[in-house]
Amino acid sequence: MIDLYAAGPMEQFEIVKLIPLSLGSLDISFTNSALWMVIGVSVATAFFVFAARGRALIPGPLQSVAEIMYEFVADMVRGAIGSEGMKFFPYVFSLFIFILMSNLLGLFPTIPGAPHGLHTFTPTSHIIVTFTLAMLTISIVIVYGFYKNGLGFLKLFVPSGVPLWLLPLIVLIEFVSFLSRPLSLAIRLFANMLAGHIILKVFAGFIISLLGAGVAFGWISIFPFLGTIAITLLELLVAFLQAYVFAILTCIYLNDAVHAGHH
Amino acid sequence: MSFLMLLASAAAEPAAAVAHEAASGAGLPQMDASTFPSQIFWLIVTFGFLYLVMSSIVLPRLGGTLEERRDRIADDLDQAADFKQQAEDAEKSYNQALAEATAKARAIAADTREKLNAEIAEIAAEAEHKSAASLAAAEERIASMKADASKKVREAAIETTRAVVAALIDETPTPEAVSAAMPARANA
Repeated sequence: MIDLYAAGPMEQFEIVKLIPLSLGSLDISFTNSALWMVIGVSVATAFFVFAARGRALIPGPLQSVAEIMYEFVADMVRGAIGSEGMKFFPYVFSLFIFILMSNLLGLFPTIPGAPHGLHTFTPTSHIIVTFTLAMLTISIVIVYGFYKNGLGFLKLFVPSGVPLWLLPLIVLIEFVSFLSRPLSLAIRLFANMLAGHIILKVFAGFIISLLGAGVAFGWISIFPFLGTIAITLLELLVAFLQAYVFAILTCIYLNDAVHAGHH
Repeated sequence: MSFLMLLASAAAEPAAAVAHEAASGAGLPQMDASTFPSQIFWLIVTFGFLYLVMSSIVLPRLGGTLEERRDRIADDLDQAADFKQQAEDAEKSYNQALAEATAKARAIAADTREKLNAEIAEIAAEAEHKSAASLAAAEERIASMKADASKKVREAAIETTRAVVAALIDETPTPEAVSAAMPARANA
C-alpha cells in the first residue's frame, strides 16, 4: 500500500521561513509567501517585457495577449474615471496583474514530494496582503482627493439634495461606508481565496482518504476527483473575477477622489 | 454500513486536522501577526518592482504601439480615401473624354454627310442640265423636221393642184395663185 498522507486544509496557508532576515527589530524573513510574490511578479514582468519587446504594428500572439490586457484595464479605468483617470492606469494595471498572478499561480498543484516551504502558495489568501493593497488604494484616494479638491473632498460625505434634518445621519452613514471600503476590499479577496483553497483541499483530501481505505473503496474516489476538477475550473474563474473586482472597485474609489464634487 | 462510516470519516478527517491545529494553538495562519511585517515588506518590494517595470517600460511600449497602430490605420484610411477620390476623378475625366470623342465623331459624320449630299446634288444638277440641253436639241430637231415636212406637203399639194387645174382648164396657174387660194390653215 502506498503511503498516502492528507494534510489538513489549513496547512497550505502556513508561512514558512526560507531565509531568515530582520530589519531592526522587525522580522522580514524571506518566506514562501514572499517567494510566490517574487515568482508572480517575475512571470508577469518576463511575459510583458518579452511580449512588448517587438512593438510590432502587426502583433504576434504574445503581444496580442499583452495588448488585450492593456486595453481591458485601460477601458476599465477610462470607463470608471474618464480620461483624466489615466494617470492612475499604471497603478490599476499593476494591481490587477499582481492579484491575478497571485490568484492564478496559487491554483497550480504542488509538485509531489516538494518540501513544505516550496508548496504552491497564494499570497492573496492572507488578509494582511489584501488589506495592505486595499489600504494602498484608499491612501491614494485620500491623498489625491485632498490634493486635487482641498477641503472640497469632504463633499464626498455630503450628498447634494438631502434635506437638512437628514444630513447628520447621511453624513454618518457615508463616513462609515467610506471607512468600510478598505475592509470590504481586503476581506472580499482574502475570503474568496481562502474558501476556494479550503474547498479544493477538502475535496482532494477525500480522494486520498478513499484511496487509503483500500482497493474496494478506491474507485469511489473518482467522484471527489471530478469534483476537484470542477472546483479548479470554478477557482480559475474566481481568480480572474476577484482580480477584476479589486481593480474596478479601486477605479470607482479613485473616481471619488478625481470627481469629489460631482455627487 | 462500513462504507457510510468510511465516507463520514473521510469527511471528518480534514475537519479533524483543523481542530487539531486550533487546539495546538496555531489557529488560522492568516491571524499569526508575527508574519505580518515580512509579508508587508515583501509585498511592497515586489509590488513596487512590478509597478516600476509596468509604468516605465511595459505600458509606455504597449501604449505607444497601440497609438502608432491607430495612427497608421487612420493614415491608411485617409490614403484609401485619396485613392478613391483619384479613381473617381479619373472616371470622370474618362467619361468626359468619351463624351467629347462621341460628339466629335458625330460632328465628323454630320460634316461628311453634308459634303456628300452637296456633291450628290451637284452631280444631279449637272446631269439634269445635260439632259435638259439634249432634250431641247431633240425638240428643236423635231420641230424643224415637222416644218420641213409640212412645207413639202404644201408644195406637193400646190403641184397637184396646178396639174389638176391644167388638166381641167388647160391653163396652168402660177404657184403663187394656188398658194393664195389655199387656206392658210394648211400652212400650219
